[in-house]
Amino acid sequence: MTDIAQQADDVRKADGIVLRFAGDSGDGMQLTGDRFTSASALFGNDLATLPEFPAEIRAPAGTLAGVSSFQVHISDHDITTPGDAPTVLVAMNPAALKSDLRLLKPGGTVIVNSDAFNERNLAKAGYETSPLTDSTLDGYTVVTAPMTDLTKRACQDLGVKPRDAERSKNFFALGLVSWLYSRPVKPTVDWIDGKFAGRDTVIAANKAAFAAGHAFGETAELGASRLMVAPAALDPGTYTNINGNTALSWGLIAASQQAGIPLFLGSYPITPASDILHELARHKNFGVRTLQAEDEIAAVGAALGAAYGGHIGVTTTSGPGMALKAETVGLAVSLEVPLVVIDIQRGGPSTGLPTKTEAADLLMAMYGRHGEAPLPIVAALSPSDCFFAAIEAVRIAVEHRTPVILMSDGYLANSSEPWRIPDVEQLGSIDIEFASRPNHVNDEGEAVFWPFRRDERLVRPWAIPGTPDLMHRIGGIEKEDGSGNISYEPDNHQAMVRLRAERIALIAQHISPVEVIGDPDADVAVVGWGSTWGAITGARRRLESAGHALAHIHLRHLNPLPANLGGLLSSFERVVVPEMNMGQLCRMLRAEYLVDAKSVTKVSGQPFTAAELAEAFYREIETVGAAR
Amino acid sequence: MTDVPVTTRKDWSTDQEVRWCPGCGDYSILTAVQLLMPELGVRREDTVFVSGIGCAARFPYYMNTYGLHAIHGRSPAVATGLAMARGDLHVWVVGGDGDMMSIGGNHLIHALRRNVNLNILLFNNQIYGLTKGQYSPTSERGKVTKSTPHGSVEQPFNAVSLALGAEASFVARTHDMDRGHMQEMFRRAHDHPGAALVEVYQNCNVFNDGAFAAITKRDARDSMLIDLRHGEPVRFGADGEFGVVIEDGRARVVTVADVGVDALVVHDETDPDPSVAFSLSRLANTNDVPTPVGVFRAVDRSEYGSAVTAQIAASQAKAGPGDLHKLLHSRPTWQVA
Repeated sequence: MTDIAQQADDVRKADGIVLRFAGDSGDGMQLTGDRFTSASALFGNDLATLPEFPAEIRAPAGTLAGVSSFQVHISDHDITTPGDAPTVLVAMNPAALKSDLRLLKPGGTVIVNSDAFNERNLAKAGYETSPLTDSTLDGYTVVTAPMTDLTKRACQDLGVKPRDAERSKNFFALGLVSWLYSRPVKPTVDWIDGKFAGRDTVIAANKAAFAAGHAFGETAELGASRLMVAPAALDPGTYTNINGNTALSWGLIAASQQAGIPLFLGSYPITPASDILHELARHKNFGVRTLQAEDEIAAVGAALGAAYGGHIGVTTTSGPGMALKAETVGLAVSLEVPLVVIDIQRGGPSTGLPTKTEAADLLMAMYGRHGEAPLPIVAALSPSDCFFAAIEAVRIAVEHRTPVILMSDGYLANSSEPWRIPDVEQLGSIDIEFASRPNHVNDEGEAVFWPFRRDERLVRPWAIPGTPDLMHRIGGIEKEDGSGNISYEPDNHQAMVRLRAERIALIAQHISPVEVIGDPDADVAVVGWGSTWGAITGARRRLESAGHALAHIHLRHLNPLPANLGGLLSSFERVVVPEMNMGQLCRMLRAEYLVDAKSVTKVSGQPFTAAELAEAFYREIETVGAAR
Repeated sequence: MTDVPVTTRKDWSTDQEVRWCPGCGDYSILTAVQLLMPELGVRREDTVFVSGIGCAARFPYYMNTYGLHAIHGRSPAVATGLAMARGDLHVWVVGGDGDMMSIGGNHLIHALRRNVNLNILLFNNQIYGLTKGQYSPTSERGKVTKSTPHGSVEQPFNAVSLALGAEASFVARTHDMDRGHMQEMFRRAHDHPGAALVEVYQNCNVFNDGAFAAITKRDARDSMLIDLRHGEPVRFGADGEFGVVIEDGRARVVTVADVGVDALVVHDETDPDPSVAFSLSRLANTNDVPTPVGVFRAVDRSEYGSAVTAQIAASQAKAGPGDLHKLLHSRPTWQVA
């Protein structure tokens, strides 16, 4: 097996491929996709991924409900989405073909494991006749391989039981696509050695299957289907392939290092946020404390307790957990303590679509607490951007002594992309100052500590237990500004409600103004937040290359909104707001700026494609042009 | 480290007006705690009182220490985070029966199970006071309250049984009529490394007056309170005429003259098996029968925060202190020139 990536001169070049691996939940499609992605990343392609899997760990084998897919877009240039539609579909069984063929581009390539197309599996997938022999696949390039059988044969002399050998068939598929799309072989072989270290027969079986798949491409004369995607010309630097949840976890660790105080995570397992708990639990040498709490409420409560004690208190969850944490977040608003609440959004309401993406928690983040309880909201825009968004959330929380909600979503959480690793020296610092001495003189002339005496930013001191002379009592009952003593006085409550609103609004002076991407003189401006960044960017590039102007404004901060946003929006003929919800940001912008913003929505559990948005934006550009 | 300064009750008291009803049992508990604190050899600034919501939960406002008045039921969770983050602090949790066993029941049992270093004072008055008189999870069957006009049909919790079932490493019971006994229990809780639960029978003179009078009034105590003392036979009565035996795993009150002293169970609070302690807790499920007070259980078990800190230390010893540059390069990387 030679490393073909180096010697694929005779192969047709393509500027990009969108490959979709689809199979049964037990077929290892996520792993196969992940390996293909890693090999492509190391090869130097730009890429973006979209893992899609059912909520059930093992839905009944062979059924449509059990189909697990992994889509990866590899490219020789800078890309921002996992592709509008796959150009290649790998289907490990009839259900996978049935479920995902509709996504494939016309004329695309279908690679199937023909061994799985038996009567039983065809019936489970709802095929009356085999799609391999009827007209279902007319118009596609079809590559059939008896993957199960060839994998078993490749393993027969290795002392691997046939049943175990069969489980390596995903490596056969990986070997075959690696040959077809000229991927380097070594990263996968090395990975097998490392991943299965100590389990020699598993290593042998996976390597044999991988090699057999690779050889099948060569011997079955599939050369006409081969494609080569050259490395992308990305900015110089050191890159790694990273998904949103890992980037977010590392961002929290980085923020803790920048601030010089330890990180505390209270969390309760929930899809798609659990991987942050898993990742942070591994890094105890950074002084990270993780608590897998008894419930969502305890998780945020413990984070608040740790923050009160001077740590960076963080809790991670998804929509259902956000609902449960609301009362404690309100307490943090009242106490004015730093707290970072991370919502990896998923389809709702209720249990909804646990493994699918949506961004419909924005209004809950804004208003989902009783009483007037404003807090800052920060959103990540791409998988790697989760790193920087996490740092920004921590910075605002600790510098402004407030709970902050950081929003990501299921798509960002699990998708990966190449990330140019930043220089840790350039990350800057987060300013922490714990109170150390009394800050007020009382009527008797004594120096005392007033926990709610504010600075010019209306920020109160962070006085942590253990500090002599600053003992004080705080709680969720309304308190007198300054002294912090319990107060039910009407005028005081009025003043405190206003103060809490004003101090959050003032944060707008401490965040970056938004910038216009694309043409600031365009008629149409698109305002986005969160993971729509990738699809909006893809759409903008398409429109630009077709000669249309578009302005793109992407919001890192959803509350307070950047100080220059209102002025900017008033300079456009039309404002369009694409969102993976029913128009929540659009409503906020209309309310805040009296701008006649138009909503573009998608709530199917899947991210927007660039094509969908390009079409939507084009319609707006046309409408404005026609009105002239 | 300098010596802990000598303090008095005044140093541990705040200038805040105490807002409990006149005659409330909470006053005597507050006095017991304020008088005890100077004797514990700890600094005020290293002491934190955390509470939830309810009458009892106003406690932190009256202690001149750090104090956090959180939300209903969540104080064990908030205190868990604080104690995990700050092993140097002495964290006390104060709450009532509704706060700790109803809305916060889940947090209480998990704090006990984890053995977080908390001193949990559970003021049990068998009623909701701050919401003006509804039955609580410790109210007796048949209890007539505003929310149970026909009498409660619910089985109450026995707080000591609950704590023992939740794997608590320290469980004690005391009552608001005996300052000396309260202080002894609170001191023991403070000295215990790990989660210590002290149930305090507390009189609510407005909504449930006299709930514990049959066992705590001065002339009833000898015959109605069974004082558990480690290493001694379980015996009570003005002349020690009554005792407790364990038969078929069940505790039973006997007359010593009938069975002889040697038949009495000798209390062992350090017994790793909580079965006998549990049996003792089952002696009294209503407040009109002889009721054990004192330390039911006090066993050594790994304290949660220290165990977490030890893992951090071990990880740092093995991998070195965290290096962010190394972390960001810990997955496969490639260069673009």
